[in-house]
Amino acid sequence: MKTKSNRTASWLMLGAVLSSVLIYFFPLWQIILYAPQYPQGIRMYIWINRITGDDAYALQNINILNHYVGMKDIDPHAVPELYYFPYVLAGIIILGVTAWLIKKRWAYLSWAVLYTVLGAIAIYDFYLWEYDYGHHLDPKAPIKVPGMTYQPPLIGMKHLLNFTAISLPEWATVFMLISIILGFTAYFCCRRSSDKKLVQNHPNTLTSSSRLRVLIHH
Amino acid sequence: MKTKIFLKQKQLIPIVAGIIAVAGLLLASCNNHSSVGQGAISAQDAAQRVYVAPGQYDEFYAFMSGGYNGQVSVYGLPSGRLFKIIPVFSQNPENGYGYSEETKPLLMTSYGFIPWDDAHHPELSQTNGVPDGRWLFINANNTPRVARIDLKTFETVETIEIPNSAGNHSSPFVTENTEYVVAGTRFGVPIPQKDVPIASYKQNFGGVLSFIKVAPSGDMDLAFQLMMPGFDYDLAHAGKGKSKDWVFFTCYNSEEAHTLLEVNASQKDKDFVAAINWKKAEEYVQQGKYHEFPGTYYDNRFDTSTQTAHSYVHQGVKVLIPSECPGLVYFIPAPKSPHGVDVDPSGNYIVANGKLSADLSVFSFDKIQQAIQQKQFDGEVNGIPVLKFDAVLAGVVKSGGLGPLHTEFDDKGNAYTTFFISSEVVKWKLGTWQVEDRQPTFYSPGHLMIPGGDSRKPWGKYLVALNKITKDRYLPTGPELSQSAQLFDISGDKMKLLLDFPTVGEPHYAQAIPASILMPRSDKIYQLASNHHPYLTRTEKDAKVVRKGNRVDVYMTEIRSHFVPDNIEGIYLGDTVYFHVTNLEQDWDAAHGFAVEGNRDNAELLLMPGQTKTLKWVPERVGVFPFYCTDFCSALHQEMQGYVRVSSPNDHVALTWSTGKE
Repeated sequence: MKTKSNRTASWLMLGAVLSSVLIYFFPLWQIILYAPQYPQGIRMYIWINRITGDDAYALQNINILNHYVGMKDIDPHAVPELYYFPYVLAGIIILGVTAWLIKKRWAYLSWAVLYTVLGAIAIYDFYLWEYDYGHHLDPKAPIKVPGMTYQPPLIGMKHLLNFTAISLPEWATVFMLISIILGFTAYFCCRRSSDKKLVQNHPNTLTSSSRLRVLIHH
Repeated sequence: MKTKIFLKQKQLIPIVAGIIAVAGLLLASCNNHSSVGQGAISAQDAAQRVYVAPGQYDEFYAFMSGGYNGQVSVYGLPSGRLFKIIPVFSQNPENGYGYSEETKPLLMTSYGFIPWDDAHHPELSQTNGVPDGRWLFINANNTPRVARIDLKTFETVETIEIPNSAGNHSSPFVTENTEYVVAGTRFGVPIPQKDVPIASYKQNFGGVLSFIKVAPSGDMDLAFQLMMPGFDYDLAHAGKGKSKDWVFFTCYNSEEAHTLLEVNASQKDKDFVAAINWKKAEEYVQQGKYHEFPGTYYDNRFDTSTQTAHSYVHQGVKVLIPSECPGLVYFIPAPKSPHGVDVDPSGNYIVANGKLSADLSVFSFDKIQQAIQQKQFDGEVNGIPVLKFDAVLAGVVKSGGLGPLHTEFDDKGNAYTTFFISSEVVKWKLGTWQVEDRQPTFYSPGHLMIPGGDSRKPWGKYLVALNKITKDRYLPTGPELSQSAQLFDISGDKMKLLLDFPTVGEPHYAQAIPASILMPRSDKIYQLASNHHPYLTRTEKDAKVVRKGNRVDVYMTEIRSHFVPDNIEGIYLGDTVYFHVTNLEQDWDAAHGFAVEGNRDNAELLLMPGQTKTLKWVPERVGVFPFYCTDFCSALHQEMQGYVRVSSPNDHVALTWSTGKE
């Protein structure tokens, strides 16, 4: 029984690693701006390594609109995170593969915890960039509204003058969440070597979910 | 309150009441035998059928020629809303067409720069006999030319001159796969042109029919011409399906009159439909059976990569003489100065609209082939066999109207013909030749148009009659009144008048195509990345001013809401300044304009996103002159302005340019 649940944990860990690989191929976050002149909205996608839009010109068009209120140009070259985040993710994937090879409970847990911490830092970092763009305005901006700042929301909707900004996680964030959840699940699934007693006391017919409940109870 | 202009309201009440009472009595008494009433529907019902709610799209794009304005107007159907005017053969100061250095070559001819023409017949390109939405062709009647409009950008991209032709009226009609665009002469002229007495018409005058080859890219080349007798070739249509290798031209003035044509060209009982086998013509050209005729003509092509038109001058043309080329041309006698010649969707029936007649003559392609095989000829004209009228006639439509001009078709085996003199549209059945319905128009329709109605696949839902006379239909605008278009619903047994709307210029023919075909093809911007204009300014950093002798080139950019440069000094009297303006925007509908004060003989520029255009300016006074953006581009549009300083050459002001420098 022990080998069976450990095999499940191993599969879960493999899933977590593969799910993380998908992060390279999908945007992490999207910000949609609606205005009377943009009934279809302009979309900006934030990826692990770049910023894109509906078309090649979305970023330029957002920058043109933003310059009236004195916001800086969003220039992907000026965001160092877009250079090193892909390597951080690569590191996480390598650690994940290592944990998968070791097949140890502590390895799964450490990986999942590390991933959670780094993920939280990334979101906080994104918030800081939003704050920076929204608050540091050119004092010579043509349109100045006293007390007004233009920080888009982290998640949700916000009205900014003529714009309605909607900010939402995208697929890559979902894959990151799945990776973390699978990592923790792998940890819970994987049997401690001192669990022998538990196995002896319970019949072999236990379902994996009830076994999980037992584990949590202990 | 508007009625106050005419009558005081109190005076009006009894008059209105009286009219209502009388009208009510009349309606009650004649309710059962009103023929007009059959097609009438309630105003509310009609309004609902043409109502396209705000933000919704029309079902069809309609392209109407502008006649003497030299343009094409783009309308939506069924709403009748005007979307765009495409300048083709006329300068358009509104957007700088024919004024900007890039578009001037499109109006070049062997006569030089011609700023105006008379545009009659728009024709959509076809694939397998069905409009495909690639291009729209249109003719210039006065100085013979054919233009091609690209339907991705809705801009004129080519104009080709037609030598030896005069009054390019039977033009431009396409063959089934747009292999050729045909263009026939309306006026007989000496070919090649020479100084002869006008009275020597019969000895010296001829008429050419031109075949313009269309390349897969759309580029047009004059392939060959047919030297015909000096008749007036009025209209044309290519065959389709089984008749796809043929083109049919009507002609009048087979009398070859040169004066008072209204009488002298109306003497013969029959003129002709010329049936031309263009496949045969191709063979004869390949066999070298043509004559080289002199003739200088311009082909002006707009290069989308450099966004600039160039003129190419050609000499000489291949001419086929029908008497030397058996099987190339046959004449079909057609009664009463036929005007339109229209081929039904099957390609079998050819309708000749005898404009001085009450009846329509319909010929059968099968019978024409049979008559040719059996040599059922009625003599010949200039070596062209004349087919026996009775041998090729399929039927006669006894219309009861007068003055048939043009026929279009629906997808249910019906034909619809305009009658200019009796001012109506008559619906009749192919095969039975019976009249099914008739509706008055207001007034005197010329062409009519059904979307795809001259193709193999009519979308037979609407019919538009293009009226020449409006008189009392709209609020009066002084002596000069608009023309009108009248929209009928033809989906049922009876035609129903839904809407009439004034049109721009004088629409002759029109074409329409489902929006679902054209809309996805329409470009939103010009890609800056594929702009290879020689004077492109790709970024604001590349903006500059370059002097070469007395020529000054300004490399300028526009983006919301400023110019780079916006301060220019060091221009001298005697300089010729070229403002090469690039719109750096890449956002849909982010247009900018450019105008500078005192620009004699010139206009402004309108620049779509990613476009580069050039405006020439010869300063004539010393001073500081503003320039500004003419298209309300943004909230700070009014701030989008700049200055150019003009000095005397003796003052040695240094050439400088900048933006944002205090």
